[in-house]
Amino acid sequence: MVIERKWKKWLMFYIPMAVFIVFTLFPFYWMAVTAMRPDGELYRTFRQANATPFWTLEPTLEHFKGLLQTTAFPQWLWNTMLIAVVSTIISLICGMFAGYALARLKFRGSEFLGTIIFITYLVPQTLLFIPLADIIRNMQLGNTPWALMLTYPTFLIPFCTWLLMGYFKTIPRELEECARIDGATRFGAMIRIIFPVAIPGILSAGIFAFTLSWNEFIYALIFMSSAELKTVPVGVVSELIRGDIFFWGQLMAGALLGSIPVALVYSFFVEYYVTGLTGSVKG
Amino acid sequence: MANVTIRDLNKNYDNGFHAVKDVNLEIRDKEFVVLVGPSGCGKTTTLRMVAGLEEITSGQILIGENVVNDLPPMDRNIAMVFQNYALYPHKSVYQNMAFGLQMRKYPQQEIEKRVREAADILGIGPLLDRKPRQLSGGQRQRVAVGRAIVRHPEVFLFDEPLSNLDAQLRVQMRVELKRLHERLETTAIYVTHDQVEAMTLGDRVVVMKDGWVQQVGEPLELYGKPANRFVAGFIGSPSMNFVDVTINELGGSLCAEAQMLRLSVPPQHQDRARAHLGGRLTLGVRPEALRLASGADPAGYCFDTAVDVVEPLGNEILLNFRAGGAPMVARVDPAVRVRAHENIRLAVDPARVHFFDEKSADAI
Repeated sequence: MVIERKWKKWLMFYIPMAVFIVFTLFPFYWMAVTAMRPDGELYRTFRQANATPFWTLEPTLEHFKGLLQTTAFPQWLWNTMLIAVVSTIISLICGMFAGYALARLKFRGSEFLGTIIFITYLVPQTLLFIPLADIIRNMQLGNTPWALMLTYPTFLIPFCTWLLMGYFKTIPRELEECARIDGATRFGAMIRIIFPVAIPGILSAGIFAFTLSWNEFIYALIFMSSAELKTVPVGVVSELIRGDIFFWGQLMAGALLGSIPVALVYSFFVEYYVTGLTGSVKG
Repeated sequence: MANVTIRDLNKNYDNGFHAVKDVNLEIRDKEFVVLVGPSGCGKTTTLRMVAGLEEITSGQILIGENVVNDLPPMDRNIAMVFQNYALYPHKSVYQNMAFGLQMRKYPQQEIEKRVREAADILGIGPLLDRKPRQLSGGQRQRVAVGRAIVRHPEVFLFDEPLSNLDAQLRVQMRVELKRLHERLETTAIYVTHDQVEAMTLGDRVVVMKDGWVQQVGEPLELYGKPANRFVAGFIGSPSMNFVDVTINELGGSLCAEAQMLRLSVPPQHQDRARAHLGGRLTLGVRPEALRLASGADPAGYCFDTAVDVVEPLGNEILLNFRAGGAPMVARVDPAVRVRAHENIRLAVDPARVHFFDEKSADAI
């Protein structure tokens, strides 16, 4: 083992690490502090003698109360959850089958198909919402949860397909061949052997898809108009900025509460998530 | 119990690669046949076609009396052991072994009985609840074999099953596989690139190269009467020595000449070598067919050389030297005291000299 000088370790490791952590976590801290700041402190300018921009002297839950009582926040939370879960499930199921087909089945144009699917993922949502809005209107799905449950998969399925295709490719072919000799059909081998083995990959695709749909803004803004049908990101922004007045405390409280489910999901599955992205199964 | 018949088997891949060429094999019931050859010789492809994992371009494969060309793997009543074991990582050892029986809807009691029985044979009884990742390489290998034997298939297929084990364990498992085969009395086809494994395990060995079958025979037959230069060089370690020689006539009998080397052609080869009089042949002689010459050896089978490198292995000594312009090895008794760069006189055992056609490489 190489013995390094202490100051070198500080210079090359601890200090950059600390800078990185502060840089990453400060916005969250700011969000939390602002959410708990009383209004009096919120609108105090920096130049005033008793200004404490980086902490609060009288933490309060006033904004959380206001958020839950005066807005439809609980309803938004429920909408977001429902839409994210349903669209994630739809995308995962499609992504699993499509990913398996692209990874394992040899058919004419499979490479081309894979590339096309990837390209659809690259089309920006800011362009895609225009034709989608037309479709949603024609199918009379506007202002219903289905509008989002069915449009989110347009970007989630390509994403899941690609991630899972990569994961399936890391699973040794012999596992499946062995299952087929053992008496399973190709489909049976996929369901009984490949999918269970691919759980880390499937979970990480699921987490990603869930996060993407949880945070989605443009489609949610355009396809949903009633206040009680909105999702958290849209609801918070559209209902708590009235004209040019920003309800900073409630905005931040909403953002904080809205990010908790995602943070929970990540912290539970972080291990799977990492192995899912790096792949590899040992036989 | 079944024999396996392979008729005019060919495999062309989509990219035009012709992997297996006109393979014909008759594998008898309960026989242990080893396919051996360098990588890319088509041995694994042949096995995979028997398993049904690879489509057959032309030809026929019969298991028992049935043509299985178009049967899916599950309907062929075979079991296969893979090089990387291919254990299902999410299932326990018991579930791994039971999977094939469950898929075939065996009753629970029968499954339990068969798995326990196989586990006892292989000595993996205490491991049944473990997951594959908690097992050592040798244990995984046993589970893979166990998974194959619980089904009581008609044919066992082995695809380089010992390649991932370390050298010591490989020797041990080799013996166990042989014992297991004797006990189970099931037809087995075994693929390996290791000629020692092929020789020790096979009732018969099939040597392949570039998709062609080179020779089929019992191990000692391959060793003693190789059909061509490739088989002669592939079977045996250290491999056979080859020298390019010219056949000349000297005082009524034939001799083989190369640079600084002249050996009489042994009587059993005289007639056939005469057809090549004045032409070139390849002379082959195994390291153990060479010994230090004594006065009793006829001069026609002796030659002089200088030792390059001496490899004292304990049970034998390998002498490396050059003769007739080619590097050669002699395997001599460990009692022999020879130092590097010493001049020695070696004698060839005339009964164990081989000649190969220079162009076709076939034995003459």
